Amino acid sequence: MTPSLWTRLSNPSHFMRWSGALVPWLAALSVGLVGLGLYLTFFVVPPDYQQGETVRIMYIHVPAAWLGVFFYGAMSLSAIGTLVWRHPLADVAQRAAAPIGAAFTLICLVTGSLWGKPMWGTYWVWDARLTSMLILLLIYCGIIALWRTLEEPNRAARAVAILTLVGAVNLPIIKFSVNWWSTLHQPASILRMGGSTIDPSMLYPLLIMIAAATLGGTTLHLYAMRTEIMRRRVRTLTIREAERLDRTQPRLTPKPAGMPVGQPV
Amino acid sequence: MDLGSHGGFIVAAYAFTALVMAGLIGNAVRDRRAQLRALKGFGEDRR
Repeated sequence: MTPSLWTRLSNPSHFMRWSGALVPWLAALSVGLVGLGLYLTFFVVPPDYQQGETVRIMYIHVPAAWLGVFFYGAMSLSAIGTLVWRHPLADVAQRAAAPIGAAFTLICLVTGSLWGKPMWGTYWVWDARLTSMLILLLIYCGIIALWRTLEEPNRAARAVAILTLVGAVNLPIIKFSVNWWSTLHQPASILRMGGSTIDPSMLYPLLIMIAAATLGGTTLHLYAMRTEIMRRRVRTLTIREAERLDRTQPRLTPKPAGMPVGQPV
Repeated sequence: MDLGSHGGFIVAAYAFTALVMAGLIGNAVRDRRAQLRALKGFGEDRR
């Protein structure tokens, strides 16, 4: 992609145009792919020789875990865009991604817990992978809370970008926690040296569910970004309207004559 | 379809996911409508 095309696509007005045309198609494709993935999960995938039917929980747990990490990675890149280039869409992208990433991380933790009870005999252990995913959810919550606390958008964008980059340290910890520490959680079985350890009859439906979730998540993200741009437009118009009213309406308390503006009374 | 003795856990996992996704999509749509209403109030109608 040439830099000029990238610049053009990431211009907020252009973004509104191309994303508006793309979102309905992406949404339809996501629904179709989720339907296919669910059909394969429940009617084609055989029960696992150890986990039995419970393996079907993995078809939502793994895509949710991937998206929880994926959206945080995307937010970290956007944070760099905010701090280094002050790109107007970078902060919009980051703000729109946070609730989606948090929701997928929550799904990952709850479905993992529901899988853990019949398989491990417990809903929760303070294992490195589980704990680092819980920390990811807490970071997401912290970021969302910080946005709601700071009223001024530019100040909020910078503060959130710094917090996001600090929290990005957790991403490699999540990925390699199963290698660095002795964990109850199984080691990597899809993305690993020497190829996947999952049988193709189970792997391909899982990859379809991951693709469906990624497409669905991306669609939601684009949709939320469009809404965020509208929210900022509403804010600008509200401030402009308030300033106009302030100029046109007569002052209730007249300025004391002869005193310079900005001088403490 | 027989989900075996752990069927309750499987159903609960999918039901929870459906609930969270419905909340996420519902909230996104509600937020979009609110912004569109506000823009309309300013005489702008952008979609």
